[in-house]
Amino acid sequence: MANKVIMKGNEALAEAAILAGCRHYFGYPITPQTEVAAYMAKKMPKIGGTFLQAESEIAAINMVIGVASAGKRVMTSSSSPGISLKSEGLSYLAGCDLPALIVNVQRGGPGLGGIQPSQADYFQATRGGGHGDYHMLVFAPSTVQEMVTLTVKGFELADKYRMPSMLLADGTLGQMMEPVILDIGEVKTYEKPWALTGTELKREHNIVNSLFLQPEELEQVNFARYKMYEEIENTEAMYDTYLMDDADICIVAFGIAARVSKNAIDAARAEGIKVGMIRPITLWPFPKKPLLEAADKVNSFISVELSMGQMIEDIELAIRCKKTVALCNRVGGMIPTTEDILNSIRNAAKGGNA
Amino acid sequence: MTTKLLIAGFGGQGVLFIGKFLAYAGLIEDREVCWMPSYGPEVRGGTSNCGVTLSDEPIGSPVVDHPDILIALNLPSLDKFEGAVEKDGSIYIDSSLIERKIEREDVKAFYIPATKLARVTGLSANMIMLGYLLKTSNVMPYELAEKVIEKIVPPTKQHLIAGNLKGIEYGYNYCE
Repeated sequence: MANKVIMKGNEALAEAAILAGCRHYFGYPITPQTEVAAYMAKKMPKIGGTFLQAESEIAAINMVIGVASAGKRVMTSSSSPGISLKSEGLSYLAGCDLPALIVNVQRGGPGLGGIQPSQADYFQATRGGGHGDYHMLVFAPSTVQEMVTLTVKGFELADKYRMPSMLLADGTLGQMMEPVILDIGEVKTYEKPWALTGTELKREHNIVNSLFLQPEELEQVNFARYKMYEEIENTEAMYDTYLMDDADICIVAFGIAARVSKNAIDAARAEGIKVGMIRPITLWPFPKKPLLEAADKVNSFISVELSMGQMIEDIELAIRCKKTVALCNRVGGMIPTTEDILNSIRNAAKGGNA
Repeated sequence: MTTKLLIAGFGGQGVLFIGKFLAYAGLIEDREVCWMPSYGPEVRGGTSNCGVTLSDEPIGSPVVDHPDILIALNLPSLDKFEGAVEKDGSIYIDSSLIERKIEREDVKAFYIPATKLARVTGLSANMIMLGYLLKTSNVMPYELAEKVIEKIVPPTKQHLIAGNLKGIEYGYNYCE
């Protein structure tokens, strides 16, 4: 049996980044993800890596752009308000086709909001966050173990497609401790012939740039990028299902919301209500296919979110509005209770809206 | 089997440490474990709590809304969580800090003046409470305590192992 240790989500993802070959971390402290920076501060100097507490979030993301340009695995982490500050840099990473991992351990918003868990940065994460036409790969862990595996996956796919990845967690996942297995097997790496590593007078200059003043050229760059996005949407969507075989009602939930939903599903099943769950693991690409297939089998959907109805829009698009989608949510740092979700399920079973 | 525990008290009473102890016990026993602290703007003297779920199956929600076992180390915690405890559950009370008895009749109550005993013996109240819990519940085997403490106490604080174990032993052997 693989060796299990017990770790906080924030520490586990930091260790996973190191295991994935990340040796450069730039950040700025903010609750509830400060343990990531603390862990990196402790570990990076011992393994020849760089930990740097930047003077601001904006500085940190620009340092990330620098290291990414040089072709090294690099990461920054923050929580919601800090991610807003980094959003300019996210757009530049995408515009320069640079891989990097950005971690968002979400808290309640908008504005400074609060410090309790939230999923209200769903739109910001899945629609890019910064300006311009672009996407990031968005991974939504729901266990501390997935904080590990999806951090690694985030680095791998970012390099594969030369684009930024985001690990979209929340305060609970960052703060809670669970047993994890850190033996992650072989980590995939990719050649980076485009990286700015010095020509040694042996090759042409590489250029990393997001400025294209000729509109015809910029259009082509965007077209090419979206062609790649299409391929990613077709091949990289990840999801998990729970008791969907005979389900009349399909819950869609990710992260912490999926954990609570699982308890509610078990309770509803005990009452004889046939309910299951599709849990998106990637939020972009969104697992549209299994949802569309489910739309022909179930009577209705429930979107369980820690936001005011954001993912529900993607569900309705994915199922082409074939069935109704009810919303079960708490916001501002509150988490829906098992009873909240169970009530939504009971309402859906009666044919009503949650 | 799944056991949900909620440990609540003032910051500084060792609430999170009791939780951490139980979580590591679960790890050693190769059970499913989830430890979830309240991480609001808590400060020393303010309220603090932590939920621990121990299970033989994968754990759904990490949030302990309705504990099977509540450990209340101060009155605000008992006031806040008494009503949330599952029917037939247990409430452990530090009776040196909480003067009232529980109001519910459908749960079991265990009273121990942990803080007072700690003051008299020089041991720590949270460990005395923990020992009492191990004696009167089947959360984890008492024999595991030493192994857990050794795992949980960092190398720089090894001198604290003996004291903590004594506290657990004292609580375990406590009789009213």
